[in-house]
Amino acid sequence: MTPDAEALAKAAGGTGRAPLANSDPAQDLFTGLLRLGDNSLILGHRVSEWCGHAPVLEEDIALANMALDLIGQTQLWLGLAAEVEGAGRDADALAFRRDAWDFCNILLVERPNGDFGQTLMRQFLFDAWHAPMLKALEASKDARIAEIAVKAGKEVAYHIERSADLVIRLGDGTDESHTRMQKSLDVLWGYTGEMFIGDATDARLAEAGIMPAPESLRAAWDETVNHVLAEATLIRPESTFAHQGGKQGRHSEHMGHLLAPMQWLQRSYPDAKW
Amino acid sequence: MSNEWPLWEVFIRGQHGLNHRHVGSLHAPDAELAIRHARDVYTRRNEGVSIWVVPSAEITASAPSDKGPLFEPSNAKVYRHPTFYDIPDEVGHM
Repeated sequence: MTPDAEALAKAAGGTGRAPLANSDPAQDLFTGLLRLGDNSLILGHRVSEWCGHAPVLEEDIALANMALDLIGQTQLWLGLAAEVEGAGRDADALAFRRDAWDFCNILLVERPNGDFGQTLMRQFLFDAWHAPMLKALEASKDARIAEIAVKAGKEVAYHIERSADLVIRLGDGTDESHTRMQKSLDVLWGYTGEMFIGDATDARLAEAGIMPAPESLRAAWDETVNHVLAEATLIRPESTFAHQGGKQGRHSEHMGHLLAPMQWLQRSYPDAKW
Repeated sequence: MSNEWPLWEVFIRGQHGLNHRHVGSLHAPDAELAIRHARDVYTRRNEGVSIWVVPSAEITASAPSDKGPLFEPSNAKVYRHPTFYDIPDEVGHM
């Protein structure tokens, strides 16, 4: 018999699904913060998987730096989420003691690394959204959110500069690198639409001036992406199909495999410290 | 290996220091990426306020075997060191 994941999660103390959209402002804020924190956590973890494996030492360190930036931002977002939730959890508990269906990251960031080019393409497509997102969050009516956005924005300004430059260099590089970059773009494209699809929670957060409506970030993203892809001699796919569900806790088959090594220590030795 | 990126020497001006100081080297395909790599490799602990990179191939160095002729003659010229002056006490520490 197939185990009932929802029942198992309830027994384990989870909700069985990502927080439901309802009109409780605190619940909306908690969900919005989880979405931000989970995006940076899952992408940070994915990028950290390169540590010790990148093609050259310099890129290895650059990737590790970026992973650390993202995980540092996670501590801030999930720390605030835990505070807003007020249920006695902290950032670590949210990162290491939730199961896949409680995570609210978009599907793009949990995509496997693939080759170096695919990792960079995923990074670029995310950074091109992340930078204007943080910019908009600087104007949040919630001062705590605005403060985190200012700090993270400085790091992400460097991320987008770096990932855009490398996408251009590899796209407009050799036949081999061009082919790989175009292939990466084609396979990741279907995962970009989710960044701009809002749900009821997003709409209420936008209405309250706390977070921007996802749809409002599309123009800035399009401008960056079109400009960089043109310079990289890469062809923007025409499809508008968008895989979605990550924000609501419906993840791909890769999520569990990502969480297992990430959460192993805290799962096997709860509250272990060093 | 010919297909390796060329080597660059990295100089960083620290938070309080006046001069750029040589901190090490790295590989990069061009100057722009060399600066970026230097930022990632050598300024992770907030070391610098400015970075210079120079292609290692562009540096002309003295030969270690010339050490004797180049530097030893100055050893015998003590009069080049300002150690023959009496400094009045009022001047204090110099």
